[in-house]
Amino acid sequence: MTKHQANWSPYDNNGGSCVAIAGADYCVIAADTRMSTGYNILTRDYSKITKLADKCVMASSGFQADVKALQKLLAARHLIYQHQHNKQMGCPAMAQLLSNTLYYKRFFPYYSFNVLGGLDNEGKGCVYTYDAVGSYERVGYSSQGSGSTLIIPFLDNQLKSPSPLLLPVQDAITPLSESEAVDLVKTVFASATERDIYTGDKLEIVVLNAEGIQREFMDLRKD
Amino acid sequence: MEQKPFSRGLLSSEADSQRTLYPYVTGTSVVALKYKDGILMAADMGGSYGSTLRYKTVERMKSIGKHSLLGASGELSDFQEILRYLDELILYDNMWDDGNSLGPKEVHSYLTRVMYNRRNKFNPLWNSLVLGGVKNGQKYLGMVSMIGVNFEDDHVATGFGNHLARPILREEWHENLSFEDGVKLLEKCMRVLLYRDRSAVNKLQIAKITDEGVTVSQPYSLKTFWGFSAFSNPTAGAEGSW
Repeated sequence: MTKHQANWSPYDNNGGSCVAIAGADYCVIAADTRMSTGYNILTRDYSKITKLADKCVMASSGFQADVKALQKLLAARHLIYQHQHNKQMGCPAMAQLLSNTLYYKRFFPYYSFNVLGGLDNEGKGCVYTYDAVGSYERVGYSSQGSGSTLIIPFLDNQLKSPSPLLLPVQDAITPLSESEAVDLVKTVFASATERDIYTGDKLEIVVLNAEGIQREFMDLRKD
Repeated sequence: MEQKPFSRGLLSSEADSQRTLYPYVTGTSVVALKYKDGILMAADMGGSYGSTLRYKTVERMKSIGKHSLLGASGELSDFQEILRYLDELILYDNMWDDGNSLGPKEVHSYLTRVMYNRRNKFNPLWNSLVLGGVKNGQKYLGMVSMIGVNFEDDHVATGFGNHLARPILREEWHENLSFEDGVKLLEKCMRVLLYRDRSAVNKLQIAKITDEGVTVSQPYSLKTFWGFSAFSNPTAGAEGSW
């Protein structure tokens, strides 16, 4: 009697990269729109970005079915919060909720790599970065997904983030203007697309600021 | 969110006969595209038992309610199970008797949840599903895999269709294809699949769904050509034992 080996995996990596950058009074969240499996492209037009609350947007890459389930769950929890507290959830609150939700499935994780971007309770940009089981941290900028290893070093160089170990604690928020940050995001994705096969097709950029939410698109290489 | 404790581990060798381990009788690719009036979908009528082409008159596309068409590849018994789930869904929808009916988006969403849920319990329905439909003039075409990965697009394909048909569709699909052009394009994809997919059979149906309803064609065969001179003397130019 041999032990049955599973010949299917409950996980798949549908690829893609996400980036978020926090500014003094804005936040830029971006992700490509390619969805792949193995060496195949399933679709070139799939959004990885979802609005969780008025001031809170999440970009997630990884296993798409888990990402979808996570988005649905958070949206439902937000609705309940609105019914109970008669207000929208703030970004720091949503950040904690996401962390707890991910850890809840610590022993059968959501294969979802998330960046949360938005405006904190003072209107300053905030970015939270996560691993698949809910470990999170507030940072000035972050990238997750298949292209993150290509993107993060470049952002480190351009945004010159101060070490979080320094005392007194220095602000990680970039002094760049909103349009400069958007240009940086476009550059970074164009570069990642060159070398990461799972990143490409189209770039979706969401900007959150005092005026609300704006969305723009940019074409990326389709190969 | 309930979680049952795993008492014996997920991959126990004891008679855990309730879990799907491998597919037995399978259907091969389904290909579908959006055209001017709605959705066109094609699938052959084969049901393979491993490497045996066991069944040759299997309908792998079925209409769901008034507005949707479901095509499936993978384990055929799981497809039949899904049709039973959908029968119940449509029944309850009809029982409301409120003039509203579930559209393709809703059915696709339901199927995604079902497939994902089964994957979470480590007992998947071993299918790749294509869901197409039109409701109030809005065309919809989506796909769900056995682990719950889902998306919608202007053209989709399952299995080998992803490798062989999708590139053709990417090159030649455009908005507002006429019915004749859509059928020609689908037949082109199915012909390539017939030549190159060993589990394909030369008996296929093409289904059309528009605002007026669903029509599934009678089974028919594609013309093939095997008279290449290279086939009559295969080793010419490269003598060898194979």
